[in-house]
Amino acid sequence: MNLLEKLDAAAAARKAMLPEGVGAFGIPIEEVYSATEARIGERRVLLLGTNNYLGLTFAPECIEAAHKALDEEGTGTTGSRMANGSYYGHRALEREFADFYDCCSGIVFTTGYQANLGTISGLVGRGDTVLIDGDSHASIFDGCILSGAEIIRFKHNDMADMEKRLRRLGGRAETTLIIVEGIYSMLGDQAPLPEIVELKNKYNCTLLLDEAHSLGVLGETGQGLVEKTGLLKEVDFITGTFSKSLCSIGGFCVSNHPQLDQLRYVSHPYIFTASPSPATIASTRAALQLLRNGSDLRKQLWKNCTQLYTRLKETGYILGPEPGPVIAAILDSPKQALQIWHRLLENNIYVNLILPPAAPDGKSLVRCSVNAAHTTEQIAHVGETFAKLYHEVLQP
Amino acid sequence: MTDNNYDEIVQLLCDRLSSLASADVNITAETNLISDLSIDSIKLLNLIMEIEDAFDISIPINALADVQTVHELACLIAKIKSAS
Ligand SMILES: Cc1ncc(COP(=O)(O)O)c(C=O)c1O
Repeated sequence: MNLLEKLDAAAAARKAMLPEGVGAFGIPIEEVYSATEARIGERRVLLLGTNNYLGLTFAPECIEAAHKALDEEGTGTTGSRMANGSYYGHRALEREFADFYDCCSGIVFTTGYQANLGTISGLVGRGDTVLIDGDSHASIFDGCILSGAEIIRFKHNDMADMEKRLRRLGGRAETTLIIVEGIYSMLGDQAPLPEIVELKNKYNCTLLLDEAHSLGVLGETGQGLVEKTGLLKEVDFITGTFSKSLCSIGGFCVSNHPQLDQLRYVSHPYIFTASPSPATIASTRAALQLLRNGSDLRKQLWKNCTQLYTRLKETGYILGPEPGPVIAAILDSPKQALQIWHRLLENNIYVNLILPPAAPDGKSLVRCSVNAAHTTEQIAHVGETFAKLYHEVLQP
Repeated sequence: MTDNNYDEIVQLLCDRLSSLASADVNITAETNLISDLSIDSIKLLNLIMEIEDAFDISIPINALADVQTVHELACLIAKIKSAS
């Protein structure tokens, strides 16, 4: 098989799973009306598959800041943070993130994906070990591959399995980086951070926590799982993204270890890429202020999460283990998931469809993301529609 | 690694694999894990976890990338066991 034939074979396997004409992946959004509504084809749909957790995509403060930066600093930096791409705004945002997490160092990356790639490959290398959760995001996995460290996985959120693997490491635990996530993007469940910290201290490892989905969502000021659990000082490195609750693109790493700054000189995903545009940085800075002061938004978000989680659970759907902004209905077959996804869209509701191998344990997911801008009525309507489809599709 | 050790590992692997593969496949050290056995990747990952527990080791995922046959897996396990 030549290279192109291999791609043809992969395309055939994909088509076998998805009937012709069903464009569930990369569906074009023609017009965006608000944080909760958009047009797909001829339909005005309710958006329930975005990562816009605080509903800030149209926040006037962020739009105004971005406009100003665009006018004053132009469309792009055209260069790396290491060369001509470190503007005042990038450095200010780094200080603001460090201040937010009460840390001494912060680094801004061009995406959250690169924040994980750059941080992990800067911290560990050949001869070191990474111990990662079995459900880790691809950016974590790819960062580990890039680093050249030995990759060991433990069963998702299973502390007995994690400890077993730490014990097996023996003396190598000291050069081991444990990597976990605040909220897991597939099922919306949280890492058991108190137990993880206990094990990290017992075995003398280093701990990295990706707060991608928990930033702005957990904790009084929105720091994430570190704040909810009161364990900020126990986590060595925190990474995160601007692409979810902060509604732009970019990523960060903060730490109380001043050695973090050394990553700027060794980390290829930081050095060999252009820095985020001035408008992106400006809107992110404005959004971070809104996030820090956003306890009302978080209250609304959690009210919405609980409302939808409870409704779907009562209906009979199998969900992840706890409520949160990511609520996934776990289905046995890709066909069922596809049917529900499709029928939801016919009912003007857009959610995410996740099929194997992307979903854990060979399951298929219809995944909802709830945000603070959804109204109680919108969430109730989504719950009703899911209930109707449960009877039509799963129990006809 | 003693030969004995290697033989035991191969034996254990063949036993575990035959409980997953269809009955008509004869599993030997030369069996290719991917092309000879039609085991889906999730079952294979679960099997790896069982094997890890049986030998009280962790097999790094990157090392697994180079493994195609039962023989190669047995060598990897023997190497990890002797290093730990
Ligand atoms: C857990 C996790 N980490 C990192 C990322 C990457 O973020 P970004 O979209 O900024 O590249 C994502 C987003 O998909 C994520 O879910």
